[in-house]
Amino acid sequence: MRLAIPLMITFVAGMIMIFQFFVPATQSIGETLQEWYMIVASFAIFLGSVNLLYVHTHRIRFKGRNWKYSPVTIIGFAAMIITGLVFGIEPGKPFDYMFTQMMVPMGATMFSLLAFFVASAAFRAFRASNWRATLLLISAFVVMLGRVPIGAMIWGKIPLISEWIMQYPNMAGQRAVMIGAAMGMVATSLRMIFGIERSYLGGAD
Amino acid sequence: MLFVLPLLVFAGVLFAQSGGVTSEENSGSFVQSLTAEDARNDAGGGIDLTWTVAADAALPDSMVLERSCEGEDWAPVCTLAPIDSRKTDGELENGQEYSYRIVPWTDGTAGQPSALAAAVPIKQWINSGRIGMLIILTIISLVIFYYIEQGKRGKDLYIRRIAGLTAVEDAVGRATEMGRPVLYIPGIMDMDDIQTIASMVILGRVAMKTAEYGSPLLVPTCRSVVMSVAQEIVKESYLQVGRPDAYQRESINYITDDQFGYAAGVDGIMVRQKPAAIFMLGTFYAESLILAETGRSVGAIQIAGTAMPSQIPFFIAACDYTLIGEELFAASAYLSKEPKLLGSLRGQDAAKLFFMVVIVLGVLTATLGEAWAPAAKVAEFLKTITSVE
Amino acid sequence: MSTFIEKLGNIDRRIIFIVMALAVIIPLAVRLTLPIPIDEGPSKNMYDAVDALPPGSTVLLSFDYDPSTMPELQPMAIALAQQLMTKDIKIVSLALWPMGVSLGNEALSYVSDSLGREEYVDWVNLGYKTGGGVLIVRMGSDIKSVFPEDYSGKSVDEIPVMDEINMLGDFDMIISLSAGDPGIPAWVMMAGDRYDIPIGGGCTAVSAPQFYPYLGTGQMLGLLGGLKGAADYETMVRIGVDDPPAGTATPGMAAQSVAHLVIMLFIILGNISYLASKKRKGGAK
Repeated sequence: MRLAIPLMITFVAGMIMIFQFFVPATQSIGETLQEWYMIVASFAIFLGSVNLLYVHTHRIRFKGRNWKYSPVTIIGFAAMIITGLVFGIEPGKPFDYMFTQMMVPMGATMFSLLAFFVASAAFRAFRASNWRATLLLISAFVVMLGRVPIGAMIWGKIPLISEWIMQYPNMAGQRAVMIGAAMGMVATSLRMIFGIERSYLGGAD
Repeated sequence: MLFVLPLLVFAGVLFAQSGGVTSEENSGSFVQSLTAEDARNDAGGGIDLTWTVAADAALPDSMVLERSCEGEDWAPVCTLAPIDSRKTDGELENGQEYSYRIVPWTDGTAGQPSALAAAVPIKQWINSGRIGMLIILTIISLVIFYYIEQGKRGKDLYIRRIAGLTAVEDAVGRATEMGRPVLYIPGIMDMDDIQTIASMVILGRVAMKTAEYGSPLLVPTCRSVVMSVAQEIVKESYLQVGRPDAYQRESINYITDDQFGYAAGVDGIMVRQKPAAIFMLGTFYAESLILAETGRSVGAIQIAGTAMPSQIPFFIAACDYTLIGEELFAASAYLSKEPKLLGSLRGQDAAKLFFMVVIVLGVLTATLGEAWAPAAKVAEFLKTITSVE
Repeated sequence: MSTFIEKLGNIDRRIIFIVMALAVIIPLAVRLTLPIPIDEGPSKNMYDAVDALPPGSTVLLSFDYDPSTMPELQPMAIALAQQLMTKDIKIVSLALWPMGVSLGNEALSYVSDSLGREEYVDWVNLGYKTGGGVLIVRMGSDIKSVFPEDYSGKSVDEIPVMDEINMLGDFDMIISLSAGDPGIPAWVMMAGDRYDIPIGGGCTAVSAPQFYPYLGTGQMLGLLGGLKGAADYETMVRIGVDDPPAGTATPGMAAQSVAHLVIMLFIILGNISYLASKKRKGGAK
């Protein structure tokens, strides 16, 4: 019974979603299910916030490892919520100030780390160890030059060759991965809808 | 039950009804021919309207679409731009006849209305633009179920070695030897993403190993629903291997929905806790390399997997093992070695072969079709059945 | 004993980080600028498609990103808004990412103020709703039930720009500026394929390769990829404009050029070291 009910719910919900895709008359049932998901997901935001507070207060109370970082998290969390609720979120309000002056630069900082990590990963990974790796290396050089103005300054055709690499060899590879992955998605969905895959419910058989 | 769908195709075709189309011409109006037609492939309640305008007439300021239901007074539906040529009116009562006209307005004065057009909205039972896809889905499903049946009957199904999955046990074992935790990152998407679902399935298997070996398992999540599901899965896995006491709920926690906020949080966990093994399985975007490079810098053995084509190169460059695309979805079957699941993998491969044949056939016929008409017809047929509306 | 050249292959990554930082900072500090060549490609296709829209059309602009990807995507938003508003095309914007609302508002207000356009008459920001793909499907049949109010709480029935908009099919084009999911794939699959609406997009450079299949099949009419796409668009929007507004992507391209050269230099050094090491090991056999 512990497994039967979730399996039945999965089966019914899965079949409804398949049916509503092909049968327009049943679309409203599918839309209702999707609305339910949105409602559940919205409630889950509270669940996440509660968990965040629980984990960090627990860490502070029991002086867990690196507990000194936890007050920072809680203060930041509270500051955003309180200023948003008290003053509103319109431009010029404290919430907006914190968003544009703190959140924006912090987010951009994290994203810009990519530049450094791309450099170190490329340095380590791009080795002309065989002819295929050499081909990859040459393609990478052409694309890197083609994506910046200096490439066109070196030779006017570099951006065009770069675009060709992106539009044909790259696209072929991307499609192959996408089609393979899509087949995996279909098979995984069928396994779950028909109860063949149950490990996510904690029961392997 | 899935195979009831093809029956619907025939039923849909058999009982296909037209919602009625009427149109007239009014040469005196700015809008010259108005056509009303039941909206195709909808759940009812919709009427498609199309019209042409007088080519030589001056543009009005705006146009108002008006509707009348079975002889009632005309009521405005919406304002149209003079350049518009189509509109779908929705939320109508099925089975009722609706008449339409368009009234042009210039300098606050109504011009001569267009001729009337009427139609009856009807609920459709089959989406004619998706019949090809329905047939393909049925074929794929049949193939997959055939091989699942073969698996159940005990037929030996070969599955090639996937290095990344073979290394799962070694990675957990290494973490145990070093006395460090195992970090599992289920991607940044929610539970409505199939890659996250696949990741949760693998998490169950990994959790069994960590429970067996007694290694701490950390699962920071980017979505609250994923956190709740992960907690349940890990709890069940620990219970199943008889170690419910080792389960720690707070080690599976929510960080933030923000993409790079999450990346920063997970990087912090990596640097402070120095996990010996890191699993990154699920949907990843630009944060993939930030996570993988930080993981590498703390000396962890890293197993990554995603179906996001643009992130695979980053994982290959920075991780020890990478599951590419479909390998992520094969992981559960591979790790469990259950015949039914292995059968579904074989079915998946057979379905892929079917697609490869269709693609090759499509390319050949489209190419030949340039010079030979029958080949062009075959190409067109293949294009039709593989297109989705 | 390994030589200096071989040691180069194991250079400390912190040295790479410092050199990269300098390669980005110095060109920005000395305001190095390089001309942006405009070739046929996804950026040009995007510009041409928007340019072909008649005045009075309505475009849906979706801000599906957050502050972290702002350096790449915000210049695209500004350049697109400039082109659309200059051509008297109405903009209805929304966000599938919560933080996209503020970023969208910032870009649209900035351009609207500089061109003397009016909120609610020429553009509107509907705000954020959760749901991603599900939300798009629901908007396919009725936008006003999904977004009964704009981001500031004003009823959409009182907003002139929404007068003629009831469902997705009423838009002449949808443009998604996307940093991940939900974003371009959701718009292509749920709106473009289902309702036959032209889809354009802008994305981060790391995600751009994954959208080329959509360009190949015609499911997308154009794509702005990363800072390069933004700089291309800024350049195209400026052509023929008397007093072109300053963009942030174009100056960034000089820094990106130098950064790419530095990465290539490191890759070359790594390979010299690798080949030297291989040769020495081969000789020792």
